Amino acid sequence: MAEAAVVFTPPESYTGRLMHYCPGCTHGIIHRLVAEVIDDLGARERTVGVCPVGCAVYAYNYLNLDMIEAAHGRAPAVATGVKRVLRDRVVFTYQGDGDLASIGTAEIVHAAARNEAITVVFVNNAVFGMTQGQMAPTTLVGQRASTAPCGRRPEHEGYPVKIVEMLNALEGPTYLARASMASPRWVRDAKKKLRKAFLAQVEHGGFGLVEVLSSCPTWWGKPPLEALKWIESDMMAYYPVGELRDLPDGQAKGK
Amino acid sequence: MSRILIADDLCRGCGLCVAFCPRHTLRLAARFNKDGLPPVEYVDPDLCVGCGTCALMCPHVAIVLVERTAKAKEGTAR
Amino acid sequence: MSDASPRYGEPVLMKGNEAVCEGAIWAGCRFFFGYPITPQNQIPEYMSRRLPEVGGVFLQGESELASISMVYGAASAGARVMTTSSSPGISLMIEGISYLYGSELPAVIVNVSRGGPGLGNISAAQSDYTQATHMGHGDISMVVLGPNSVQELYEMTAWAFDIADEARAPVMVLADAVLGQMMEPMRPREDAPPPPPSKPWATTGCAGRAPNVVNSLYTADDDLEALNVRVRDRYLRVADRICRCEETQADDADVLLVSFGTSSRVCETGVARLRSRGVRAGLLRPLTLRPFPSARLLELAGSVRVMLAVEMNLGQMLEDVRLAVQGRVRVDFLGRTGGNIPSVAAVAEAAERALAGSD
Repeated sequence: MAEAAVVFTPPESYTGRLMHYCPGCTHGIIHRLVAEVIDDLGARERTVGVCPVGCAVYAYNYLNLDMIEAAHGRAPAVATGVKRVLRDRVVFTYQGDGDLASIGTAEIVHAAARNEAITVVFVNNAVFGMTQGQMAPTTLVGQRASTAPCGRRPEHEGYPVKIVEMLNALEGPTYLARASMASPRWVRDAKKKLRKAFLAQVEHGGFGLVEVLSSCPTWWGKPPLEALKWIESDMMAYYPVGELRDLPDGQAKGK
Repeated sequence: MSRILIADDLCRGCGLCVAFCPRHTLRLAARFNKDGLPPVEYVDPDLCVGCGTCALMCPHVAIVLVERTAKAKEGTAR
Repeated sequence: MSDASPRYGEPVLMKGNEAVCEGAIWAGCRFFFGYPITPQNQIPEYMSRRLPEVGGVFLQGESELASISMVYGAASAGARVMTTSSSPGISLMIEGISYLYGSELPAVIVNVSRGGPGLGNISAAQSDYTQATHMGHGDISMVVLGPNSVQELYEMTAWAFDIADEARAPVMVLADAVLGQMMEPMRPREDAPPPPPSKPWATTGCAGRAPNVVNSLYTADDDLEALNVRVRDRYLRVADRICRCEETQADDADVLLVSFGTSSRVCETGVARLRSRGVRAGLLRPLTLRPFPSARLLELAGSVRVMLAVEMNLGQMLEDVRLAVQGRVRVDFLGRTGGNIPSVAAVAEAAERALAGSD
């Protein structure tokens, strides 16, 4: 008689509350992956998370941890304040592209330059989601947004910012990677990278960041599946997925 | 028997699990949940192999259980 | 300011900016995040050396914007934490201070004011009074302390931490470039400070309890109103207890000078000079700028003939004095700004003019 094995239940670090994100928005997947990684590390009770201003402002309702709401763009500075006080806790930020790549560029650069022992989950969906679809520093050339109704024009709005490549120019950071939500294969890969970004802090005392290419069905004007396909066809073409800076030992230790 | 459990009221009817299920064993129901969205249901539960891809791709953690039963060897009773 | 029987040691010659640091450290502050700006650079420099000596952490933030958010994180983690800046840098911190207030987080912010607006200059001014006492977006009632000596910089900075923890709110010490740069004998406390209160609300990791959330977002209107009322009520209870001022010959004064900080020291000499000329002058010096000693001023409005607000700005505390006296007495004004300080002669002359114009 074949036995049944439970291969999935929702992670303990997820509160179980209905998330407010739009149907098919991959914020929900990323939240779940972060919760799973924190569970895997047995770290729920010694973790402090910092939420952004953006769609994920309500992350404190969905992650079953001590959480702090930061001012827009300042999460890496808030996380730094927490980590410098509570050295043995796991401290992470969860930020969108408006939060991290627009108003928060100074804070993320300097936290990375200091190799601040925090983990940054950077959700890049090429648009300002919460405020209804304005152009972001990560909006692709030609992509339409509410403040770029003709599509982004390099001669007027410049080129999209590649955050991970920029941070890779710094001496400081321990782990830098870009992941994608485009399909199951990429979601599994993203979880591995998120885990390594947490290990950068927990095992190597340094800064770990994963930029996750994520969907915004609502403001891209695409149904959820089509939005994921656009990540694969358009976003991954401009923002290459990979590990730009790997952990010193090249692979995750421990569990 | 491999199976999943779907939390009707968390499901947003986004269809990602339906699209990515390798056995095409899921579909959006013809009815609506309490938020007016069509939740996911099995086309045929026997097709489910408990791979967990649906739970992997669900942004709303509406797949609340995946149970995998190893396939019986050929020739033995299920 | 707070203890029943404080014990003081031998005086040391100390710079005002350094006294801020020692006051903070005595009160148990072990975390400082700040950014260089004249005329308070001695504070981060001193803290960078001194905090590690007492097992604390100093980190220079990449900007004032980052620094106030680092303070916010450290406060959320339950620490006694301070930042300092000067006028334009404080402007950058205003959003963060509003966040601290709305998130019910204690912290101490010291403004060593300089000339403004804009880049201004690096001389002393008192033109951030309105900014300090009307701080930030939202309904904010923030305690603001007004020292006028190196000793008071030490004492009030230390006191600010107690007030901040009790009010669960940021507290500001409003100084200026003269106070920050001057050197005076300062007697440090030798007794131990009272222990800080426990902070069960802090985000320290949720072992053994439900998770804490530190947040100023309340989407339901009633919830946000309730937060505002709750924080205001806590401020009012604290304010009731801590409001204070210092008087010099105010009881029989005909002309009452009202002044804080550096300009109040000029006024002290001004009162002495006026009295030597037979003019019944007095001085009321608010020590707490918020809460403002309105009740005492209203009382004195019944006995003095005229008041004269003396400031290093174009009339900021003046408005609070006029509000306080409710029209019962005329309040004249003498101000210099841009780094200029009213002279004793100018104060005396203005006081006599005020008296002459008051019947």
